[in-house]
Amino acid sequence: MNEEVFISGRNIPHIDPHLSLWEFPISLYLFLGGLSAGILLFSAILHLINKEDEFKGAAKWAPIIVPFALALGLLALVYDLGNPLYSWRLYTTIRIESPMSWGAWVLLIVTPMSILWVMTYLRELFPVIKYENYKMPFLYKVEELAIKYKKYMALALLPLTVILGIYTGILLSAFNARPLWNNAILGPLFFVSGLSTAAATVILFAKSAHERHWFSKIDILLIVIEIGLIIHLIMGYYAGTEMQIEAVKILVGGDFTTMFFGFLVVLGLLVPLILEVFELAGFKVPVVIPAILILIGGLVFRVLMVEAGQITRILY
Amino acid sequence: MVIDTLKCVGCSDCVVACQTENDVPHGYCRDWVTESVTGTYPEVEIELRSERCNQCDNSPCVRTCPTAASHIIEGGIVLVDRDLCIGCGACVESCPYDARYRHPDWGTIDKCTFCVHRVQKGQNPACVSVCPTNCMYFGDLDDSNSEVAKLLAVRKHKVLAEAAGTSPNVYYLI
Repeated sequence: MNEEVFISGRNIPHIDPHLSLWEFPISLYLFLGGLSAGILLFSAILHLINKEDEFKGAAKWAPIIVPFALALGLLALVYDLGNPLYSWRLYTTIRIESPMSWGAWVLLIVTPMSILWVMTYLRELFPVIKYENYKMPFLYKVEELAIKYKKYMALALLPLTVILGIYTGILLSAFNARPLWNNAILGPLFFVSGLSTAAATVILFAKSAHERHWFSKIDILLIVIEIGLIIHLIMGYYAGTEMQIEAVKILVGGDFTTMFFGFLVVLGLLVPLILEVFELAGFKVPVVIPAILILIGGLVFRVLMVEAGQITRILY
Repeated sequence: MVIDTLKCVGCSDCVVACQTENDVPHGYCRDWVTESVTGTYPEVEIELRSERCNQCDNSPCVRTCPTAASHIIEGGIVLVDRDLCIGCGACVESCPYDARYRHPDWGTIDKCTFCVHRVQKGQNPACVSVCPTNCMYFGDLDDSNSEVAKLLAVRKHKVLAEAAGTSPNVYYLI
């Protein structure tokens, strides 16, 4: 038996009794980042294979929320900084070893690109928009350029959105001091989970039953992959060292069990999976329900990992 | 730095000295004393340790810092440049020793500096200089003639969280 106490007292809020420096804004950002990456990736692929008109919801309507989602996510990130007025310091250096530096730079590129991406068809969807009414006629020029280079934008978005989606997981897994985060599967898992929430959003925006069914199928595939990766994740902990076996107790039998199995695995993955399969099989299921469940599940997953991961630590 | 756990009585003088010397905000600390009890009563063993930033050679905090605010100066001390730090907390999350905290007034990250301002003048860090049992030793581990190197050569010692692979530079004599 080993028992340790701080006899001098530490009394450092956010460090003792356990670390909780990163809170909800970080989880929210990880969710929005993954969601935006997924939507942009779908849209870019649809543009490259010339299926934009067949899948209008995915290619054109859903990406409209991306600039807003990214802006909200960035606001959340900056809000969580201790010294937000200095956040521009992120862009005075490139640190290859620091995932947060990667993320900051990718966001700097993807966020304006998402705006340009939406601009290429915004007036087609909303013909009432006339830039001269807002005294910004130069936007026509920007739009023209964006449309001209849309294909290159789509090609650039392929790697960028993948990096953005994986980065949301790598941000956490790069810390070996937190055994619950420190595994190689978290990056791909967050990426797939982000794609799945993006597919759910597309289902909400879908303009035809054909499109909805296609994205239901994609979502089913993504959920199955995600469940596989989660099993892999849990197995990885049990096959790991004492620290990881201790860490996973927080998800299996610990404080976060209900959140993990109840809200993520059952309500966030299995129930929507079954509902979507039923819907495809011809049963009448309001598609809003599985889509919303997946979105909530995705957010719960981020909150859960951020909060629980910070409680786990290296034993010594 | 070398700390003799057999001599430490857990008086916390090092903690108070540090708070005074470095103007650490009320309710925070850069070093602390841990009492570690192993075994089952009545066969128990107590170890007292004064803990702080381990000034690791392979520092995860320096690696994960997105703005290069966390850096290692010549001689091996890990410092935070307050002009570069944005207070994101990546280093706090990455530290296996939980040795860092966000300063409540500055918003930037703060930690033990080995009293670099004293060391550069040839003095010992505040915690070392006040220890009433002289259980702490400070010096150059690379210099085989230094007191710390000699102690490590003859005494049984350990480092904390060796499994984290951080190559810490605070040694505990056991």
